[in-house]
Amino acid sequence: MSKKVGVYIYTGDGIAEALDIDKLVEVATGLGIEIVRTHPDLYSPEGAAMVKQDIDNEGIDGVVLAGISPRYEFKIFNFPGVMVEKTSLREMVTWSHPVSADDENAEAKKEHVQELAEDYIRMAVIKAQKSNPVEPFKTEEINQRLLIIGGGVTGLTAALEAAEAGHESILVERQPELGGWGAKIRKQVPVGPDYSELIDPIVKGLIDRVNASDKITVKTNTEVARVSNAPGNFRISFKNAGAKSEWDAPFPLTEEEKLDESGNELSAEDQKKKYDEKNEGRRGYMEEDPNAEICGAVILASGWKPYVPEEGEFPHLAWGNPNVITNCQFEEIAKNGKIVRPSDGKEIKSVAFIQSPGGSKDDADFPYASVVTSLVALKQAKYLRQDQPEDGKAYVLYEHMRTSGQYEYFYQGLQNDPGIFLTKGDVTEVKDNGSGGLTVNVDNTLIGGDISLDVDLAVLATGMVPTTKDDAVVNMAYRQGPAFRDLDLFGGYCDSNFICFPYETRRTGIYAAGAVHRAMTMEEAMEDAAGATLKALQCLKAIDEGHSVHPRTWDFDYPDFYFQRCTQCKRCTEECPFGALDDDEKGTPKLNPSRCRRCGTCMGACPERIINFKDYSIDIVGSMIKAIEVPDDDEDKLRLLIFACENDAYPALDMAARKGLSWSPLGRIIPVRCLGSVNVAWIKDAMSSGIDGALLLGCKFGDDYQCHFVKGSELSERRMQNVAESLASLGIEAERVKLAQVAIDEYDQIPKIINGFMDEIVELGPNPFKGF
Amino acid sequence: MSESILVVGGGFSGLTAAVEAAEMGYNVFIIEKESYMGGRVAQLNKYFPKLCPPSCGLEINYKRIKTSPKITFYNLAEVESVSGGPGDFNVKVKVNPRYTTPQCNNCAPGAEAVTTETPNEFNFGMNMRKPLYMPNMMAFPNQCVLDPAAVSSGDGQRIKDTMPEGHVDLDQKAEIIDLNVGAIIMATGWNPYDATKMDNLCFGKYENIVTNMMVERMASPSGPTEGKIVRPSDKEEPKTVGFVQCAGSRDENHLKYCSYICCMATLKQACYLREQSEDVEIYIFYIDIRSPGLKYERFYKNVKEDKKVHFIKGKVAEVKEGSSPGSVVLIAEDTIGGGKIEQEVDLAVLATGMQPTGATTQIPGIEYNSDGFVVSKEGIIPCGCAKRPIDVVSSAQSATAAALKAVQTLVRRAG
Repeated sequence: MSKKVGVYIYTGDGIAEALDIDKLVEVATGLGIEIVRTHPDLYSPEGAAMVKQDIDNEGIDGVVLAGISPRYEFKIFNFPGVMVEKTSLREMVTWSHPVSADDENAEAKKEHVQELAEDYIRMAVIKAQKSNPVEPFKTEEINQRLLIIGGGVTGLTAALEAAEAGHESILVERQPELGGWGAKIRKQVPVGPDYSELIDPIVKGLIDRVNASDKITVKTNTEVARVSNAPGNFRISFKNAGAKSEWDAPFPLTEEEKLDESGNELSAEDQKKKYDEKNEGRRGYMEEDPNAEICGAVILASGWKPYVPEEGEFPHLAWGNPNVITNCQFEEIAKNGKIVRPSDGKEIKSVAFIQSPGGSKDDADFPYASVVTSLVALKQAKYLRQDQPEDGKAYVLYEHMRTSGQYEYFYQGLQNDPGIFLTKGDVTEVKDNGSGGLTVNVDNTLIGGDISLDVDLAVLATGMVPTTKDDAVVNMAYRQGPAFRDLDLFGGYCDSNFICFPYETRRTGIYAAGAVHRAMTMEEAMEDAAGATLKALQCLKAIDEGHSVHPRTWDFDYPDFYFQRCTQCKRCTEECPFGALDDDEKGTPKLNPSRCRRCGTCMGACPERIINFKDYSIDIVGSMIKAIEVPDDDEDKLRLLIFACENDAYPALDMAARKGLSWSPLGRIIPVRCLGSVNVAWIKDAMSSGIDGALLLGCKFGDDYQCHFVKGSELSERRMQNVAESLASLGIEAERVKLAQVAIDEYDQIPKIINGFMDEIVELGPNPFKGF
Repeated sequence: MSESILVVGGGFSGLTAAVEAAEMGYNVFIIEKESYMGGRVAQLNKYFPKLCPPSCGLEINYKRIKTSPKITFYNLAEVESVSGGPGDFNVKVKVNPRYTTPQCNNCAPGAEAVTTETPNEFNFGMNMRKPLYMPNMMAFPNQCVLDPAAVSSGDGQRIKDTMPEGHVDLDQKAEIIDLNVGAIIMATGWNPYDATKMDNLCFGKYENIVTNMMVERMASPSGPTEGKIVRPSDKEEPKTVGFVQCAGSRDENHLKYCSYICCMATLKQACYLREQSEDVEIYIFYIDIRSPGLKYERFYKNVKEDKKVHFIKGKVAEVKEGSSPGSVVLIAEDTIGGGKIEQEVDLAVLATGMQPTGATTQIPGIEYNSDGFVVSKEGIIPCGCAKRPIDVVSSAQSATAAALKAVQTLVRRAG
């Protein structure tokens, strides 16, 4: 709480001409502010020096800068121990609401704009007064060791990378040996330039280095039964691969399981019973395994399994014929020696590598195909030529050769081999040719239209299915369950939905790498392993310093719960996008601060309003709303409250203003961390203050959601529908609350969205509660 | 011995590497040659396959920089030379003047004071800008730039006089800064391959042939046409558009490798066009559609389902003038049916590939391969498209990995 606030009003960029600055000063003075100054070049070193002087001489500990957008760089206004609140008079007031003397109703317009500026001063002052200095959460002991799940190329690399950075790790592998798929191959595509020749599998070298490292503990034949507790201090229970363990992570009931046969929600007691049945033999997720090993962060590198077509799948490709095999099966044969035909063990001379199912379907590849499947076919064509240099014939039949980027060089390297035939084509039929081999019919080829090939073997380029598709793998003992959420959006890959931030998972401190992340080559997987290792180590650093991990890395605060008033409604625990909250033995939410990403979704969810941050709380925002002056009886001065996501919608507003776009001056904008943090109490505050409408501007939701806190805007939409319904029961029209999705670059839509909503509110007329 | 890391390049990869390394507790310097951060992605309208705006992620990374006490960045700066070795590199950096001060973030008065205009390079010359300008809508740092040409003409003084005192400084001089760093991350990125080098594709000869990067700027709400993809000749929305894939890529006379992103970029731009117009017909001439992996294959599948998007397997060999005014004819060999395919279109888009900046500009002390990609060495770590042609997701992974490699170099040396 700032005891003494100074207000500094910027008068440059036409602000002094557009606004009555004396009146703004009066507003601040009227709020009891003693130090109120104006400056025509506030954001210059001179302006900063003026503020510094007041801090030194007048003892102010809170600063309100009223002028340019808070999105500028303000390093010259970093004063230790001083709260600096920035409000925009330029972008949000004068630039976006220009009034020219020739305007019709210029005077009335000027009055609107002046009132807008005055409200922003009031809101900023109360925010500065009510914000408290943040205190980082201090974790006593942070374990610096990593748990790495999966002993293939990715996991081995991650362990080595961590060791090179000075960190220990436990590397756990289900199989009896390290190496994964990388150990089951004859040769491999190079992992860096140049890409001309096949190389020996690199995995052996990695295994040797891992075995030689004193920083890496290897556990083969082992699986993770559960990962419990939180980043910095994860407790890991191991078990023998394939075995059951009492420490296996329990599964929460699915939404369907919570219902009875007629679709009604089961009682808490019945749900508990059902849960216990479902998890019989498993310890509760909050129970602590005394034999658990401690690790600070986790890298999930559990890789892939081959896609194996089902019986009867691809009938035109004769799947089921012993001489029609997958690329993985071919690799196994090639690894064991000369390539022979499965049906009779005869050395083979010709192979059709079928890259796409073809038939009458379309030009799609096999499920889970990628650059890797194209490269593997080319590699395997080379094997055949190595085994049969004289008369071996490899036909690579593709719809699209996917040797993206520099892998094109590998492709080019094969093109001069007279025994390798590369052609686009639709494979229409594979059948037994009656003499132990196969006939492969291909339409629309580049080498002479429709062709028919006689081959010994056909190899299907089936893809790599991520291990997380049907298995939790990490097995988190979290209230929200053992697996990553919504993986079906990404085909089962443990991927992030963010192009810019591929390591963002919904579980802090657990980072995916390699083929479980996305189909990728070994070269890419090794790089990905290094990236994931950095994120894991960085997470430990963040916990140590007490700030959040991505995206709010600057945030040293964490949510504070006033548990005495908690009704155990569980909304916070259920809605937290990051599973940061568990239930303690009494059923009260238990925060794991190091899992928390400070989005405020819990604060937005809480009906009791007991979850708050030091500088962002129900009270702070509620007070800002109440600071807005609402004329009682002026139909021309309706008021609109606008919550804007600070990362996307707010910059869009800024850019709209910079571009000279304009919107209704009756709106009052409050930036929020995420719409997920908007508590319905604020909507009620607004309505009871007589504000006529509330608009929420947030990120796109749906499958391609853009919300960096995953569900914020989507959750908000649901909450707003609920609050609108309850307002309706009080006689306030539900239409007074609305959420609009707007992306950061859609600033051109801003006027339409705000003015459109304003028109709807005008249509409704004043808030019936106005003046009460 | 230095505990600092230098990141050369402030594009997507460089920013990522810098913030990731800084959040590990190391001091980081970013050297960016342009006046703004973000590099090529700052010019993009949307990312594939999500069709989300790049500025959203940039905003987060800018905020991470603004709030980090560990990051120092220089714009309009170039590395002149690198010497020394891992743990102890000496780097000479030339920082060119911006001719403004940090508080100068409103160009309007200065821009209005003069009439001179020059082609706006951020928009590939498709519109004009004043000598005092903000590099783009989302520019970071958000500080105006004064064209050096204006400093030597009378415009500079006129602008200085109109702007608030102290905002414009005509006396700024280029500075040489010596940095001592332990590791260097090379994130020098790429340039679109020069389309004029392919004589047969007639870029520059016919007005209605544009590059894929120009389409990005047109499609952007902040671009020269405020989001409309139009024909340069008459500013009309095209009714037919032809995309020429592998324009310079997979070509032994130009870029021998595949540029990785152009197939997906074209599919994305087909979406822009289809959103813009219900009846635009799109013809995509390709060798292979490279949309590997589940997400990209899904995206390709969705575009394929649109009956107005036609895929033609064949590389465009020739371009000639069309029968209607301004239109061009793309001529490709039909690799399947034989013979030649001719398609007249209102607008042709060359899906030009990416060429690493190292192919045209090299830093003494850094090793490059024959394509211009940076060769990795202990303490000198390439990432993103300075290392190999990749998309944004892979660049993020590559840059994060590079941050770790840089940290390891320092840990080893401290050792």
